[in-house]
Amino acid sequence: MSDRAGTTAGRDGEPLLVVENLRKWFPVKKGLIIDRTVDHVRAVDDISFEIRSGETLGLVGESGSGKSTTGYCILRLLKPTGGSVRFLGRDVTGMRRSELHSLRRELQIVFQDPYASLNPRMTVGDIVAEPLVIHGIGNRRSRRRNAERLLEVVGFNAEFINRYPHEFSGGQRQRIGVARALALNPRLIVCDEPVSALDVSIQAQILNLLKDLQQEFNLAYLFIAHDLAVVRTMSDRIAVMRRGKIVETGDAEQVYTAPRHEYTKALLAAVPVPDPHKMLARREERRRLAASVEELV
Amino acid sequence: MALLEVEDLHTYFKTRAGEVHAVDGVSFSLERGKTLGIVGESGCGKSVTALSIMGLVPPPGRVVSGRALFEGQDLLQRKSRELEDIRGREIAMIFQDPMTSLNPTLTIGMQITETLRRHLKLTRDEARKRAVELLEEVRIPNAAQRLRDYPHRYSGGMRQRVMIAIALSCNPKLLIADEPTTALDVTVQAGVLALLRELREEHDMAMIMITHDMGVVAETSDEVIVMYAGQVVEQAGTFELFDSPEHPYTEALLAALPQIEGEDVRHSRLASIPGRPPDLISPPPACRFADRCVYASLEDSCTRVLPELRELRPGHFVRTAHPASERAAAPVGS
Repeated sequence: MSDRAGTTAGRDGEPLLVVENLRKWFPVKKGLIIDRTVDHVRAVDDISFEIRSGETLGLVGESGSGKSTTGYCILRLLKPTGGSVRFLGRDVTGMRRSELHSLRRELQIVFQDPYASLNPRMTVGDIVAEPLVIHGIGNRRSRRRNAERLLEVVGFNAEFINRYPHEFSGGQRQRIGVARALALNPRLIVCDEPVSALDVSIQAQILNLLKDLQQEFNLAYLFIAHDLAVVRTMSDRIAVMRRGKIVETGDAEQVYTAPRHEYTKALLAAVPVPDPHKMLARREERRRLAASVEELV
Repeated sequence: MALLEVEDLHTYFKTRAGEVHAVDGVSFSLERGKTLGIVGESGCGKSVTALSIMGLVPPPGRVVSGRALFEGQDLLQRKSRELEDIRGREIAMIFQDPMTSLNPTLTIGMQITETLRRHLKLTRDEARKRAVELLEEVRIPNAAQRLRDYPHRYSGGMRQRVMIAIALSCNPKLLIADEPTTALDVTVQAGVLALLRELREEHDMAMIMITHDMGVVAETSDEVIVMYAGQVVEQAGTFELFDSPEHPYTEALLAALPQIEGEDVRHSRLASIPGRPPDLISPPPACRFADRCVYASLEDSCTRVLPELRELRPGHFVRTAHPASERAAAPVGS
């Protein structure tokens, strides 16, 4: 699995994922009998970025900024309005159903809510092995062996295979979601707010697991989250989204230590830090930035 | 006399599997005009503590024992009719979810005036005038017009401002805020916290800030209680707590927290706390953190007997056999 590290991602050393001028506009409709499109919500409005093999891009922003929509467009869970998404050199935006099927062997997702994203009527083994069934990989016995292996990879005992999701806590369920995403041995996993429903101590366990798996399997992540501190611990590079646009991208440390865009500065200043000594200075900074962000509107 | 004094509060929930000791011996006191932060992870009993004080514990839960003295009067002994006069007037509460705390079928104005007319017996016109002032006080522009709007016309942050306006309407002496900014974006959260701070100072109101977020506690509180598995495990002034945390749980919680500044952590692992909190149906008669604690070994008495909450330094209380300042440098069995 890990021998992939040496191979280049796409043709001519092209990054694993290239997103160019991606747009997703949702129509706003009016009229009872004849629908008229009166306007559009520009959820994602002309954004571009790349992700290289084995790398994490952190996509950070507030609610409604378009970060999850971006993730869904890349996986083609939503059809983009415009622009292009190239994965391994192939254009995702125009793919037919059968092509999408093979795309998703390489491109997986971990969802936010570990309670809603696992079918309560399936055993953990069946949940983890389901991608293998859908893609017709192996037989019943080999899939079971695979499921056991995947459960061990995310830190469970293989004997858990016959249990049901309700027997697990939120953090454990999220591990199951991660195991399912790994089943097809993907190259890129879109992590959509994977720890925002979890307590701090459990959150740290999942983040560490994601880091370990990345090293072991040379995974690339698009790590979507609203929590700036969480994104910082995970990401090589950062893209800050606001109202459908990327306002700033850069190396993670550069964005956090020397943000260039006023909005990024305001976002960082707004985070409550667990250090009462810094409180006064941060309040001052917030007041200063609040005015300049108003002007950005 | 302290404004609020909670003594040995026990709140249990009867379930088919047994009685869940959600709050198990919580005591604290709060002075007038001060803010107490109660911090802990889900299920630690922080919200149930607040609901117990307010007499709002939902069945099958009930307050089993303890006292909650508000200006010397035990709230837990009051009849529900008497509590109705106190809630909203003397003690107000705001909740996490501003989307569901407001009635979607009533205008914002009707929801603010309801409290005013119930407690202060204002006339319709007086109440309306006061409602406009309140909305202005929580910095909602065009207050007079916005009174006629329904909640769906308000954003999440605006709704929480409305909840704060309702909470403040009768000038309560104590505001209990249960995760008031958890559902909000960071920039909106910063605005709401700033507003709460200003209003608290203006009205000389005491506050209990319940949150899972160590950052929010550091920003808002004069004093902090850390809860774990239904009990207070550490209590200290805010600066003292963050400068020299003593309980292994508090330390671990702070260490597990990703930060926006400081050391580059991209290529290192976060400190995580192994295991999970104990089952509160039949909690162990030992330190409840013992089986996750890196300092506790089997020979220790803390694995058999529950340590007392003891005052390590003036005003700094901790419930552990292994406080940081009494510990040998090398952790046992880490």
